[in-house]
Amino acid sequence: MKLVIGIVRPEQANEVLEALYRAEVRGFSISRVQGHGGELDRVETYRGTTVKMGLSEKVRFEVAVSDDFVQTTVEALCEGARTGEVGDGKIFVLPLEQAVRIRTGDTDHGAVTPVAK
Amino acid sequence: MTFAAIDTGDTAWMLAATALVLLMTPALGLFYAGLVRSKNTLNTFMMCVAGIAIGGVTWALIGYSLAFDGEGAIVGGLGHVALNGVGFEPRGEGTIPHLVFMAFQGTFCIITVALIAGAVVERMRFAAFMVFAALWSVLVYAVLAHWAFGGGWLAAQGTLDFAGGVPVEMASGFSALAAALVVGARKDYGRQALLPHNAMYVLLGAGLLWFGWFGFNGGSGLGVGDASVLAFVNTLLTPACSLITWFVLDLIRGRKVTAIGAATAIIVGCVLITPAGGFISPGWAMVLGFLGALPCYAMIMWRPRTRVDETLDVLAAHGLAGFTGILFIGLAAQMSWNGVADGILYGDAGQLWSQVVAVIVTPVYAFGMTFILLKLVGAVMPLRATARDEAVGMDVVQHGEEAYVTGEGAILVLPDGDEGPTEVPVANPG
Repeated sequence: MKLVIGIVRPEQANEVLEALYRAEVRGFSISRVQGHGGELDRVETYRGTTVKMGLSEKVRFEVAVSDDFVQTTVEALCEGARTGEVGDGKIFVLPLEQAVRIRTGDTDHGAVTPVAK
Repeated sequence: MTFAAIDTGDTAWMLAATALVLLMTPALGLFYAGLVRSKNTLNTFMMCVAGIAIGGVTWALIGYSLAFDGEGAIVGGLGHVALNGVGFEPRGEGTIPHLVFMAFQGTFCIITVALIAGAVVERMRFAAFMVFAALWSVLVYAVLAHWAFGGGWLAAQGTLDFAGGVPVEMASGFSALAAALVVGARKDYGRQALLPHNAMYVLLGAGLLWFGWFGFNGGSGLGVGDASVLAFVNTLLTPACSLITWFVLDLIRGRKVTAIGAATAIIVGCVLITPAGGFISPGWAMVLGFLGALPCYAMIMWRPRTRVDETLDVLAAHGLAGFTGILFIGLAAQMSWNGVADGILYGDAGQLWSQVVAVIVTPVYAFGMTFILLKLVGAVMPLRATARDEAVGMDVVQHGEEAYVTGEGAILVLPDGDEGPTEVPVANPG
């Protein structure tokens, strides 16, 4: 089991969702985060104050998957999030020790496999 | 200096009414800004602010003259260019200073220009919108205002329009349709859900619009006479009735009464009574509110299923409601209330015909001129932002600001040579 974390542009979030659904990855959570990845191109001015925005809005996907779904998930994240410009984001894959589905008490592989309703 | 013909009561009310109508444009900004996605909040509001800037200036320079100088059939003269001859003396038979009349009418030009923005938000370039707004305010608004209010052929053939069903509501609605067609749909339209980001702005905007509309309709009698009082009261009644209709339709359709639906119903009600306010009885104003909301509701439900991204439904809420209100005068106008004319229900079929002429000609002129103007503007500059800019959001791209900026991680840019008080480590220098 792995936890796949994808940090992507907010404007690509819908593309990523579509890609994940197409890849039949159905369980994940997302959150809005701010991050810095080297880009400093956005300059904003508020009255007399000009600033470079050092932190950019990003959307963070967290997807817990069984091992044979890792590659599919990573590919879906890349496909949905890539624009080719600096700031497309990062994907991190972490080992996952345990997963529990709260409703049933299922653990591990059972817990990260979506159930058909 | 005082002039015998000036009535202080009329003047006091018209000064207040002018301010009320001006408030409607920022209120429209709130209403529109709430309906778009958060990344386009400021740009949407700024299109309305641009309406004040552009409409206010073109009106004073030339628009007012074309609309209100002389009795030409198609367009007024150039006698009041740059407000030449507009002073403290009343205009014609008026009882208020000419300047106040000009300012009051100017606020109408302003909000009408801002209304069209609703069709093109979230993708039209700000600069292109301003150029279009300048041309439109003169070549469409001022001309239609002349036809309806300034002694042009439409009024001369008998069309009644109390507060702007022709130059404001139908003109903005049908121009919005043309603008949506020329500028084109947002890139994600019809593919992704593009939802309102702040329903509270929408409700607050609608509330302030209604408040301002008392000046818009109540001021269009140009004083405090019977027609103004009637229009003022009808501005209370018609939107209240439209709300009831909207509630019932929402209940039938989705079993829930929606807040954004209610905000829309307020606008539709105010628009319905705009042309008819000073001509129909309060009872008929209520009927207009109940029944007139029906076609507008139907259109607002139907339009998103089409390929036409007329984004904030200016055509349904203003064009169609204005159309309905103008026609309704031909049915229910009552000499005993307005002292001017009867509708067909009170024995004058001719009045209905005069109204029909207006609802045929106005949409054709507004749609056609807007289509041509936008094609011309589009020939010299791009009308819309790139797909990439559209994705990032118009606030950052067009204005270099965000509506909901947190300030975290922002690095102060100091003027060259100014090192600032202390050396601050910054992310990725160079």
